[in-house]
Amino acid sequence: MQLFLTSLTASIILFSSLGVVLTRNVVHAAIFLLVTLIGVSALFLVQLAEFLALVQILIYAGAVIIVLMFSIMLTRETEQTAVSNNTGKLMLGGVSLLVFAGFCFAIFMTDWIIADYVSNEAGRFVALGKALFSDFLVPFEIASLVLLVALVGAVILTREGREGA
Amino acid sequence: MIELQILLVTAAAVFCIGLYGVLSRKNAVLVLMSVELMLNAVNINLVAFSRYVFSSNVVGEVLVVFIITVAAAEVGLAMAIVLRLFRNWRTINLDNVSKMKN
Repeated sequence: MQLFLTSLTASIILFSSLGVVLTRNVVHAAIFLLVTLIGVSALFLVQLAEFLALVQILIYAGAVIIVLMFSIMLTRETEQTAVSNNTGKLMLGGVSLLVFAGFCFAIFMTDWIIADYVSNEAGRFVALGKALFSDFLVPFEIASLVLLVALVGAVILTREGREGA
Repeated sequence: MIELQILLVTAAAVFCIGLYGVLSRKNAVLVLMSVELMLNAVNINLVAFSRYVFSSNVVGEVLVVFIITVAAAEVGLAMAIVLRLFRNWRTINLDNVSKMKN
């Protein structure tokens, strides 16, 4: 059952992410990205990472897609960009496929040691919270600082500047 | 065993699709979306390892939380830069925008 669900969500992720890079319409690409992100969230749920599935929906599907939609709507190009050369795209696709083949070689050549899944009765939620506030306290605080700096930087960049470039 | 490999191959495929998008797209917003795809591929990888290889601790999931944080900050800043570019240049085609100073 779990194998079936994993394969199903994995195929949804694969096809919708192909849609992101292959479609011509920018809004369609954003919708495909939304499907991909929700698929990743479902994959997290299948793999027993419930908190991450929740965070994925909240931040990616809730915030990031909205921000991307805003930037699409606000920067509509008047003229459609000219067709780019196909040989260049074919070459780039070849490069990506080569990288993928390298990854697959590494994945299938390694004999993974599968550890038994430890399900402590408190659950992953509690373990994740404890790890965040004990071992990873300093990185956690730095992450909040990063968010604050990004927020202030975004406001300053978009403001109609007095001295702005 | 087979499930871990399904997850890893999926993550590798999504990463390479995102790589292709970053390399081939001209629109800055589409490049951003491809970067999001690559970040999500890394997240899938971390969750897979956290579930199947290092399941005694939750370090992989903590790293995913940090990656999602950085991705959110990155999208906010990148949107600000894209809007600024559009205001100054009236285009977000990356081939036409080769310097940030007017």
